[in-house]
Amino acid sequence: MVPLSWYIVLSALVFSIGIIGFLIRRNIIIMLMCIELMLNAVNISFAAFAHYMQDMRGQIMVFFVIAVAASEAVIGLALVIALFRNKPTVNIDEINIMKG
Amino acid sequence: MVPQLFFAYFAMVIVITSVLVITRKNPVHSVLWMLLLFIHIAALYLFLNAEFLAVIQIIIYAGAILVLFLFVIMLLNLKKEELGKRFQRGWTLSILIGAFSIALLLSILGKVTVFPPPGPYSIEAIQREGSIMTLGRLLYTEYLFPFEIVSVILLVAIIGAVVLAKKRRIGG
Repeated sequence: MVPLSWYIVLSALVFSIGIIGFLIRRNIIIMLMCIELMLNAVNISFAAFAHYMQDMRGQIMVFFVIAVAASEAVIGLALVIALFRNKPTVNIDEINIMKG
Repeated sequence: MVPQLFFAYFAMVIVITSVLVITRKNPVHSVLWMLLLFIHIAALYLFLNAEFLAVIQIIIYAGAILVLFLFVIMLLNLKKEELGKRFQRGWTLSILIGAFSIALLLSILGKVTVFPPPGPYSIEAIQREGSIMTLGRLLYTEYLFPFEIVSVILLVAIIGAVVLAKKRRIGG
């Protein structure tokens, strides 16, 4: 039997890789993918706790997280398309049209 | 011994592919590595007796969200972006922040020693009723109100996507 702490360590690692990716990349689409990565890391620990605490509520939470992640990806990509129409770049350093 | 080996394989692939996702220059390559990552996370859900979650992970993440990402990447012409630098200027500081967050999470989670008593959903109880039946009963009784709120969130996402991505008529 794999101990619970292994899943938690894996989840923390993936979450931190998501944070690093969000901070270091310039491409806004990759940054959105890093948010998905972080949400997946949280899902792993929800499912692990649901199994080891013998409580299905963790799995219900994973459904809600997946639904919110799907909405977030849709809205984020729609924003990227709207932004690309105004200024043809996905580089966040060049997106400063709101700056006064 | 065998479960540990399988877990080690899946955890290793998950960590390596997530590093590859954030470092590849071409966004299409990132999406393809992410597909591999999601398939391995689905396999990890199977270890945790969450069969339905594994299926949902494949269908929604790999089938819908990643295809949406690929679609948008193909839609936007990103040839110019691939030639430039891929990382921000202060990327060493960002990696330090990430390492700090790993240390912080592990030190906090290592301190957790008090767990609640195990709930009623043991493996035998789930097997008696069926995994999906148990989930559905919980979702449509105790979590009915959050479920309805999620449907409203999805509706907002549909309307928001249509409004944001619609082409505005000039002067209209």
